[in-house]
This record gives sequence, C-alpha cells and structure tokens, in this order.
Amino acid sequence: MTLKRPILHYALYILASVLFQHTASAEEYTVDQKNKKFSIETLNAQVGDTVHFLNSDRFFHNIYSISEAKSFDLGSYPKGKSRSITVDKPGTIEVRCAIHPGMKMKIIVSD
Amino acid sequence: MPNIANDVQRLSLAGLLCCLLSIICPTTGITAPEVQLEDQKYTLTAGHSSLQNWLLPPQNKYPSRNSVKYAKLSLGEKLFFDPGLSSNGNLACSSCHNPQLGWSDSKKTAIGFRGMILQRATPTLINISYNPVQNWDGRNETLEDQALEPILNPEEMNMHIPTLLKTLSQNSNYKDAFKRAFPKRGITAGTVAEAIATFERTIISNNSRFDEWIVGDKEALTPRQIQGFAVFLDPEKGNCAGCHSPPNFTDSSFHNIGLASKTPDMGRFKHLPLRSMWGAFKTPTLRNINETAPYFHDGSAANLLEVIKHYQKGGIDKTNLSPEIKPLQLNDNEVIALKDFLTTLTGTVKRFTTNPQIRTSN
Repeated sequence: MTLKRPILHYALYILASVLFQHTASAEEYTVDQKNKKFSIETLNAQVGDTVHFLNSDRFFHNIYSISEAKSFDLGSYPKGKSRSITVDKPGTIEVRCAIHPGMKMKIIVSD
Repeated sequence: MPNIANDVQRLSLAGLLCCLLSIICPTTGITAPEVQLEDQKYTLTAGHSSLQNWLLPPQNKYPSRNSVKYAKLSLGEKLFFDPGLSSNGNLACSSCHNPQLGWSDSKKTAIGFRGMILQRATPTLINISYNPVQNWDGRNETLEDQALEPILNPEEMNMHIPTLLKTLSQNSNYKDAFKRAFPKRGITAGTVAEAIATFERTIISNNSRFDEWIVGDKEALTPRQIQGFAVFLDPEKGNCAGCHSPPNFTDSSFHNIGLASKTPDMGRFKHLPLRSMWGAFKTPTLRNINETAPYFHDGSAANLLEVIKHYQKGGIDKTNLSPEIKPLQLNDNEVIALKDFLTTLTGTVKRFTTNPQIRTSN
C-alpha cells in the first residue's frame, strides 16, 4: 500500500509534465491587415498554435479559409478588432479576405 | 416617389452657382486642398507627388503562361468580334462588350441568346486585366478562365466546344491565324481562350483628363472638379476611394450596397457561401464611367446623380448591407462637384496596333 501512492504521484507528475510541456510550447502569432494586405505571406506554425488576425485598416475585413487543413469564417470586423484561430492539424491553410480578393496568405502547419 | 427631374434641376442650379463662384473668386493665393487618409495625405494640386499612386502603370503586364505577341492579339481581336462563335451566328463577344458603348452595351441588363433578358448588367471590359478576379461575382480568377464562359453559356452565345473547334478548323483564315499565334498547339479551346484574353488585356484607359492632371496639367481639371475629387477621397464626405481605390478606381472588393432589386441575386455568395457575401458584388472601375451607364450590377441607376443619390441614402434594401455603406451627408454643391469629377475619368482606349512595342512582339 505504501508503495502505491508514490507510483500514482509519479504517474500524475509525468502526465502533468507532458500536458504542461505541450501548453507551454504553443505559440501565439499576430497577422496584421493593413492597406488591404496581410503583414506576412507565409506563416509556419505547429499544431496547437494560435493565430490572431488584427485589422489595422479603416475598412472591414472578413478572414476565412476553405482549406482541408482548417475551414473557418471569422466574419466582418472593423479596425482595431482581432479574431483568432487555433490550428489543430497539419497541412496548409490558405487564408483569404472575402471582401478583398487580393488579400492572400498561407499558414503551413506541422506536427 | 423620388422626383429625379426636380433633383437634377435643383442640383444643376447649385452647380451653376458653384461654377460662378469659382469664376468670381480669385484662384491665386488659395491654399491647395488637402485630404488626409489615415497615414496618407493627398495635396490636390496638378502633378503633386502625393497623387502619383493614381496613375496606372504605363504598360499592362501579360502573364508568363500567356505571353503577348502580335499574331495572338490579331487572332484574339478577330475572335472577339466574330458572331460565328455563337451557335446561331448572331452574337459575338462584342455584341455585349461594344467598344462604341464603353465596352459594355448601355442596357439595363444584358440581352443574351435569342433575345433572352439576362439578370445582370454587362460589365465593362475597360482595364479588366487589372482585376484580381473577374465577373460581377468573381467566379473566375483569370481572363483565360473567363473567356470561354459566355461563349458556352446556353443563355449567352450557346456554343459547344466541338462545334466551335470544327467551325474554326474549316476556316482557312482562322487555320493560318492559329498557326501563327500558336505554332505548336493549333486550334483548341485553350488557345481560343488565350487569344481572346490577350486581346482583352489591351483594352486600357489611362489617358483621361484626370490622368493629365495627375501628371501636371493644371488646366485638365476645373476647381469644381478638384473639389469633387476631395469629396471623393474624404472619408467624412463621399468616402468613395475606400473601395474605388487607386490606380484603377477599384479594389475589386465585394459589397452588398443595398440595391432594391426586384429579383434577388445572391451575387458572390453563390460561389463563396459566407454570410457577408450574400448579395455582394464586385466593385467596378470608374474609369470611362461616362460611357458605361446604366450603373450597378442590376443597371438600376440610369445616371451618375442616381448613383450618388443611392449612396446618400446609405442603400435602400438593408438586408445584409455592407457595414461600409452608411448614409452620406453631402450638400448640393458637393454632389455636383463629385459628379463633375467623375466625368473626368474617361479616356480613349487605343487599339493595340498603335502600340509600337506590341507591333514588334513575336
């Protein structure tokens, strides 16, 4: 009986370490939208990372993707607002603005 | 019911007063108007450096996958004007995109196969090659993708590819022309599209009075037209440049502008089913706008004053209205000045044969 508790504690410690390590390694990126362009053309990210899309233009933008790696519609939002996605599987996400068809970027997500 | 005739009369009187004032007032010593757009300030004097982003590039770029050469352009022009590309031999591309009518057709909405009245107005082809996407709803990205669509559309030219290729192959002039333009490929659906697309890239308007003023001709615009340009730029006034942006007076953006069309048209939503795209259509260029009435995708505005009046109201049908569309607060002078400015955007489309660089391209 006395041996079981340390083993349980150790197992919980290992599990917590793994979970904590994963959370700690998740990055956050901000992609700006200015002058009807994205601030970056290609973003390399890993599964679990979060990408914030900030609108610094005086126009509304509507960021979306219909890629297999991630499909989303962040809706229209004005200057100063930011909306986010978390990338959850590997692949290439082609990101567009529905309003401004010239705005294009991609996120390459790896494991 | 709005009384357009009274509006036009009232605005014309306001315009006359504005014009008289501009004659009476001495122009010397007056500070040039300036308009601040976030981090960009425009100084509205002829040739000013701040205005140079409104000039179109001197020569349009041709994509490497479909490079320009004289034989291809000649063929594209011939195909564009040939009614033999329609199944009944009555409709050419130029039947709707008529050079004499601003490369459009002056009709409220287009007339297609056997007189069928279509749902949308014919968009002008002027400066079309600067658009990142084509059609009112952006369903084609490239001119090559777009070129065959009206030829094959049952509501438009109603042609079939096998018939088209057979017809062209039986014509010795076309056989020779395709051989010169595409020596290794000959007559295919792809080469037909590429030839027409290459011709369409030569439909350029970049020599309007506005362009002359931008490069320094002080006499090219009147004071009232310059005032109209200020209204056009000012986010607190017309706010037109937000979408009708430099240098082609469009950013090809998609907006539901609140038209009261009797026949609902989903517009961009049909091809990109996102909420904001329901009833949204591509922002058209304003270049050569004098020639391209009626206006809007449904041809519902007969003249420029009706267009401005629509935006003054901030749209009519507010269902899924773009958040960029808000009622304007323009006074009569500003409306007249804005309209007057818009009339300066019309240039002359020169035939490609006048371009010495193209003449020698092989």
